[in-house]
Amino acid sequence: MFHRESGYFKTTYQADMALYPLPIGRYAIIAVGVVFFILCPFFLGEYYLSIINLVAIAVVGALGLNILVGYTNQISIGHAAFMSVGAYTAANLATKLDLPFWITLPAGGAMAALIGMLVGIPSLRIKGLYLAIATLAAQFIIEWIINHTPTISGGVAASIEMPRPVFFGIELANQAELYYFLIVIAAIAIVGALNLVRSRIGRSFIAIRDQEIAAEIIGINVFKTKLIAFGISSFYAGVCGVMYTYYLGVANYENFQLITSIDYLAMVIIGGLGSVLGSIFGAIFITMLPIAIRLIMESVGTIFVDDAALAQVIAQFRLIIFGGLIIVFLIVEPDGLAKLWQNIRNYFRFWPFSY
Amino acid sequence: MKHLRTGLLAAGLAMSATTMVATTATAKDLVIGMACDRTGPTQTVGVVLCPAYHDYVKLVNSKGGLMGNKVKVVEIDTQYKVPASVEAYQRFKKEGAVVVALWGTPMTQAITPNLNADKIPGTSPGFGTAAAANGVKYPYLFPMAASYWSQAGAAVTFAKAELGGNIKGKKIAYIFYDNPAGREPIPVLEKLAKIEDFELKKFAIPPPGVEMKVQVQDITRRYRADFVLSHLFGKGPAVHIKEFKRMGYPLKKLLSFVWGAGEADINGAGGWAKAQGYNALNFAGVGSNYAVLDEIKALYKKEGKTGPEEMASTVYYNRGILAAAVHLKAMELAVKAKGSGDITGTDVQKGFLAIKDFKLGGILPPLDFTDIDHEGGGWARVFRVEGDNFVPASDWIRGYRDVVIQMLKEDH
Repeated sequence: MFHRESGYFKTTYQADMALYPLPIGRYAIIAVGVVFFILCPFFLGEYYLSIINLVAIAVVGALGLNILVGYTNQISIGHAAFMSVGAYTAANLATKLDLPFWITLPAGGAMAALIGMLVGIPSLRIKGLYLAIATLAAQFIIEWIINHTPTISGGVAASIEMPRPVFFGIELANQAELYYFLIVIAAIAIVGALNLVRSRIGRSFIAIRDQEIAAEIIGINVFKTKLIAFGISSFYAGVCGVMYTYYLGVANYENFQLITSIDYLAMVIIGGLGSVLGSIFGAIFITMLPIAIRLIMESVGTIFVDDAALAQVIAQFRLIIFGGLIIVFLIVEPDGLAKLWQNIRNYFRFWPFSY
Repeated sequence: MKHLRTGLLAAGLAMSATTMVATTATAKDLVIGMACDRTGPTQTVGVVLCPAYHDYVKLVNSKGGLMGNKVKVVEIDTQYKVPASVEAYQRFKKEGAVVVALWGTPMTQAITPNLNADKIPGTSPGFGTAAAANGVKYPYLFPMAASYWSQAGAAVTFAKAELGGNIKGKKIAYIFYDNPAGREPIPVLEKLAKIEDFELKKFAIPPPGVEMKVQVQDITRRYRADFVLSHLFGKGPAVHIKEFKRMGYPLKKLLSFVWGAGEADINGAGGWAKAQGYNALNFAGVGSNYAVLDEIKALYKKEGKTGPEEMASTVYYNRGILAAAVHLKAMELAVKAKGSGDITGTDVQKGFLAIKDFKLGGILPPLDFTDIDHEGGGWARVFRVEGDNFVPASDWIRGYRDVVIQMLKEDH
């Protein structure tokens, strides 16, 4: 009831195809842009910016995984390995060839896409859990190769120190500078994903997800499309890995182990499979919820016990609450946070009337 | 509708939490940031080490703090995860920490560039890369305990002494966890093999390292090693004690690096009786015969509590004491130099460098930090299982220091 959805007449195809056809959608997006690009860096301290930075990185990775798992229904638990491919590609290019980030970033993504497509080949024959195991194998194979190839990993420590990104002569080193670097890439990734899923390719992903045989009958080349899905998803993963590497200043495969893959799967499942907004919500949820729980417990807990004892209580309880909240959210809305958000929106659409 | 309301409520809670600003430290407190792992893969260490740290700080505070300035520890459980550690570090910085205790090799590497930029000293005892001890390259990072390179030097020194002072032509087996940390000592061992002219053979154990029957059989039956050096993590140490015992290999000729040295590893191997003679390197003293531990017990007694139960695990507890003691010593020296509690990270960094021969009643090695050597000398001491205890099997050693320092200098 805050706005009307009727009465907006489109006179061009372009207007009809716009990402946000209603003015309120456009205003909302402009508002979000103003908040994140202008207000946040000015009003938030370094600490809060660093949290947003971590979220921005996670958003890109979650988007990539959602394209594969949510939109194409190809389960992958090797996502973190593709990130490490991107990370090491970029680190090698940046340190050995001195290339700037606008080359290493897409190069890392492209390399990850290549490896991802290779791993995706079995997806034509195997489905569901079996594919999950095949991608799990990819996770371990890639990890092993990086771990045992000094040319890639840069020596026994398997870590390469990365220079900070340089933008027109300015070294982006502190949290605020890196904030702009990461948030711009995340924004491009979001817009790219939004457009991808309503394009011909995106729709063929969805067709394959919903009914593979039917998709094949209507003329979609299933194998090619699945490989494209693996490629695009891994490209996102690779870019996410490069962002990580620039942000942390070091490429290290230990950041990209199985547990990271699982974290990202949790993000897309809790956020909402097959939803761009869901990926963003999921990334925010998984990254910020533990922090939020800790901050609450820290401010409340000191009433009951002293600092040293509290540390132990927080560490343990945080896990319980975190796990509990995941279950609660999934019971309340099995389709994820994106659906929850949609429900809220639909409720307020007719508010104060019930329908 | 009901669902929606609960959902809204939960979302609202989550949001309000993120905007809430936690206020902790008051103006006069000296703040230490401590990243801890009490719930992740290294929790067995964290649940002992971190309480020990708090205990020592409490002890110092009970005596009036550092020249009247109270010390406050902000601890964050990072679950051995890099993003969580990055967030934790920024939080420490926001709280005004003058020194941060890092935890875990990947996290240490991720945070190191920030330490130098923000001028806050960070410490990484027992993990992080060995090359990070180079204080010229990393002025704000202090491993402050023997790195894997130094441990390799100490291990060969010990093996040489055990084999009668001469290891020329002897067969030394190195059994290691096949990850970067496990491989790190190899360059030093290879150099020493050339210098001392012994034969070195490497046996890799793929993580998680709970299955090593083949490798142990290979070492004991086929290769017939004269001495075995092991560098394993997690459940690995317990498993390898069992396997070597099963093969009838004398455990006196087995020396583990620092992460196979805990009481938990002995219990995991089937108890003290089954591990007689087993040797392990340590960078802090083992056992409870130290004055500082008695003081902590007395402090607990005064509060009407029984002594800290974590103290039963002396190896990790004492490592927590080491971390806390060195931090507070550096801060104390900084406060003294400045004449007030108004110190910065740079002051504490200088405080670290000013530490000379700090032993705390023998629980610490004679630490001595220099511009290039941020390990504090690279001291290690071997403790051996005898009866129901670890007993010292060597003095504090720093083996082949020149080789290690040379490698530090070569690493650019």
